[in-house]
Amino acid sequence: MDYLPFIQENLRSTAWFRPELALTFGAMALFLLDLVWRNSANRVARLSLATLAVLGISAALLAAQPSDAQMLFNGMIANDAFAIFFKWLFLAAAALTVVISAQAKDIRPERSGEFQAILLTVVLGLFLMASSANLLMIYLSLELVSIGSYILTGYKKGDRKAVEASLKYVIYGGVASGVMLFGMSYLYGLTGTADLPEMARRIGTLSQTMTQAQAMGGQAAVRLTLIMSVVFVLAGIGYKVAAVPWHMWCPDVYEGAPTPFTAFLSVGPKAAGFAVALRFFYGSFAAQPGAPLFDAQGLGAAVAGIPWPAVIGVVAAITMTLGNLTALAQTNLKRLLAYSSIAHAGYTLMGLSALSKTGMQSVMLYMSIYLVMNLGAFLAVIVVAQTTGSESIYEYRGLGKRAPLAATAFAVFLFSLTGIPPFAGFIGKYYLFLAVLERAGGPAGSWWMALAICGALNSAVSLYYYARVLKAMFLESPYRDEPMGAAIGHRVLLGAFSIAVLVVGVAPGLLVEWTERSLQIFRG
Amino acid sequence: MFSEQTVLTWATFVPAAGAALIAVLMIARAFGALEKRAVDEASRAIALVASGLSLVAAIAAWRMYDPAAPGLAIAGKATGVQMVHHFVWIRQFNVDYFVGVDGLSISMVLLSGLISFVATIASMPWWTNAKTRHLAGMEDDGHEDPHHPKHFSVRMVPGYMALLLILQTGMMGTFVALDMFLFYCFWEVMLLPMYFLIGVWGGPRKEYAAIKFFLYTLAGSVLMLLAIIAIYYQSHAAPLGDGSMSSLHSFNLLELAAQGQAGVFAAAGPILGFGFTKIVFVALFIGFAIKIPMFPFHTWLPDAHVEAPTPISVILAGVLLKMGIYGILRFNYGMLPDATRWAANAMAIFGTINIVYAAFVCLAQKDLKKLIAYSSVSHMGFSLLGMAALTPAGISGAVLNLFTHGIISPMLFLIVGVIYDRAHHREIERFGGLAQALPEYTAIMGLAFFASLGLPGLCGFISEFMVFSGSFPVFMTYTIISATSVILTAAYYLWAIHRMFLGKLNEAYRGFPDLAWRERISLYPLAVIALVLGFYPQAVLGVINGTLHSLVASIRL
Repeated sequence: MDYLPFIQENLRSTAWFRPELALTFGAMALFLLDLVWRNSANRVARLSLATLAVLGISAALLAAQPSDAQMLFNGMIANDAFAIFFKWLFLAAAALTVVISAQAKDIRPERSGEFQAILLTVVLGLFLMASSANLLMIYLSLELVSIGSYILTGYKKGDRKAVEASLKYVIYGGVASGVMLFGMSYLYGLTGTADLPEMARRIGTLSQTMTQAQAMGGQAAVRLTLIMSVVFVLAGIGYKVAAVPWHMWCPDVYEGAPTPFTAFLSVGPKAAGFAVALRFFYGSFAAQPGAPLFDAQGLGAAVAGIPWPAVIGVVAAITMTLGNLTALAQTNLKRLLAYSSIAHAGYTLMGLSALSKTGMQSVMLYMSIYLVMNLGAFLAVIVVAQTTGSESIYEYRGLGKRAPLAATAFAVFLFSLTGIPPFAGFIGKYYLFLAVLERAGGPAGSWWMALAICGALNSAVSLYYYARVLKAMFLESPYRDEPMGAAIGHRVLLGAFSIAVLVVGVAPGLLVEWTERSLQIFRG
Repeated sequence: MFSEQTVLTWATFVPAAGAALIAVLMIARAFGALEKRAVDEASRAIALVASGLSLVAAIAAWRMYDPAAPGLAIAGKATGVQMVHHFVWIRQFNVDYFVGVDGLSISMVLLSGLISFVATIASMPWWTNAKTRHLAGMEDDGHEDPHHPKHFSVRMVPGYMALLLILQTGMMGTFVALDMFLFYCFWEVMLLPMYFLIGVWGGPRKEYAAIKFFLYTLAGSVLMLLAIIAIYYQSHAAPLGDGSMSSLHSFNLLELAAQGQAGVFAAAGPILGFGFTKIVFVALFIGFAIKIPMFPFHTWLPDAHVEAPTPISVILAGVLLKMGIYGILRFNYGMLPDATRWAANAMAIFGTINIVYAAFVCLAQKDLKKLIAYSSVSHMGFSLLGMAALTPAGISGAVLNLFTHGIISPMLFLIVGVIYDRAHHREIERFGGLAQALPEYTAIMGLAFFASLGLPGLCGFISEFMVFSGSFPVFMTYTIISATSVILTAAYYLWAIHRMFLGKLNEAYRGFPDLAWRERISLYPLAVIALVLGFYPQAVLGVINGTLHSLVASIRL
């Protein structure tokens, strides 16, 4: 066998793979730096700066890389504007997490190096998730993210909750990814390939070839197998985005993990999960630029005979309803935000269920807005926990008096999460509804109409528990009077986040345009 | 002073600018640069100036408005919309910043500017004598006693003033917006300050009242958002603010009205098995009906009113309730004429229930503020009945009723505030003979009560009469049933006067000071307007009639 073409392909591909390489070598370097700066007095600052430098280098390489869409490593990885959009989100989330964690008490200084290095590995996994164009690659990158996340979840050694959370996460993650792998094996069996674009093409002709093969049960059997395998793959994705019924890990993990990492977990892997879902449901896009979105060959079309929108729509409706209703009863802020993040996964699934270009754009838009507002909300939780040592809602009583700026910023994030203008969350939610209602006018429109009404009612319900926090902060009197301080970095970030939420809410044009541009190389 | 193009933008955003200024002061104070007292006084002054300027701009717009002018032309037809300010806001969404007024909205703009200013005055602890100040708990001595809470006007002043100003921007913007998306944004912007204004500065059950208000309104408005998007998807492209065409669909309310009257929405396919216009009508209607508030969505209102501080009740009754009717006229009547004809009878029934049911509830009230809150529910029913009739007199009466109720009900709530500041309770039975202790107060109370119960010569009478005369030929039975409320209204007001102001003076209240200047300058202007409109309703009717009559004509074909 001649290995030369493979080697040449791999060498060629590295030109578009530099940001990932930077992250890989950066993570290794951090392990070394961790040792070098072992006894340094300000090692947290040094290590954080080093991590930021790695992320910065990766960002610079990302900005500088050739802009043409490419299939890399023999079609394992698609490097296109879609992936790059998500890569920017991951870089932003990681950089902000590093800044937040540098001044957070959750991460002990002597173990800061490990935290940063593993975080970089997780970011690498997220990069790969957003760009995988092959079932195997999807699975591997998902595992890379998961394993890093297990470690960071159980980071507080000796903390009961952390250990429990980590174990739960491992077990649920193991089951979910196993189920996913099982589904993938069926898909591979049906089509004979793990390559997404090729698979999409073969599925298109699958039904015809299989109808003739009556011995195998004919078209009905193929359809059933196809449905089962895609549902199994959905399980893996649903686990990453925390959709019902794969959400059980979420509240415990969010509560047990160090809060800066919880913040990252709530936005990074969720966005990556949606990136995988979009790519999976639309086949690969870089392979055939210019072809229509719903052509006879795309997976989206092959499964169009099967009511995917209904399947995803039902998952979306259950996810948001369960998330919101359970959040009503929470008294721990981290658990409350965990259930709220489940609800938001439900909202975002509404956009996915539209299976249209507007739907894809709405998912991307929502994830980028969600990143800012949810990181902001977690940052506010961190700031309060630094002083009080607790995430109980009772600690938030009178926060409006004790820490007016932090409380105001938190209120902005909560309003944004509710989806009230003029905050960014409204723009995101509006676009999701836009995507769903676009389909409500078409065939079988009642499905989407019902889904939209469900989403609207859920928004109203969600207000109730967000308002409970507001009530504690502003309407109730503090149990202690002295003002509450906050680290300067946290203060600056809180201010910056709330201004960003407001600016995007009033002038979303640029962000919308960016999501639109990132879809242009997609078919359609 | 103001150019015709920007006067409405000034009226809308000057309060927001004031709020931003106060926010700067608050941040400066958080960093220890300023004294609490200085920030308090400065934010009061900023609020007064900003809402005063907004009122001046609203009056200027009123003066500039010409009922006879053809105004902006849409699809070759004059709409009468004037003082347009129009540019592209979010091109990707086809959303414009588009404001302008016709006869309907200019009357609401004026009302909103006026009531906002009155409410701002009523939020000041200034211009009052030492005794009133002491009784009301307005002394800013810096120490808080949870059992005797301070007057709202001295608690967390900068926050209160900033929220009050944001609320004013939201109200003004709602009345001038001519883009559905922009309208929705302003509509929602009102929610946040209202929640805090009731929840932080309100009475004993403030938290319950605030969240109830917030939940009811938000549930209505998300439904409204879905209806807005559904309409958007059925619409045709229309020119944006810079003259270029929007892509595929439009949010432009005037264009949509033209398309709706041309039958574009009536031709759309059904949703969930119901006709498109009907289901959209219902979704929008529920969103607006919650705000009116229409039976059975009215239960948030008494709670909100009872717990809200006086100026917030004033704004709630004077302006916010009007938005429900305004929205129905602008959206449902403007864009969905066929569904409006379909729903007219149901609206009349609900209007009648509002009028009669709420009047009966008033009879049973022990709390003066609750009585007035329910009387608002009853009076808003008149507007529903009048507009449902789809006659020129009926719809003009309905909108005139918005204006007159917008003058009278703030007076009533201010009057409740006066006595509450002194006695710290509002139970009708515990008063008695107040006329001996507070003659001036009794006089102004009498004027407001009689205006509200529809005494000829005062403004409430004209609008009630117009509503009845407009709806009688169409809904004879409902009108006759509704007319019984005139007796009920007289009964509950006169009975309240009897118990509170006549008879033997309760000795505990003998020393109460009469009206302070703060209360005079908020009450007397409203009293004068109520009196003038009673004799010269043309001041409002002349402006609104043209727009409303052509609106009715477009629905009746």
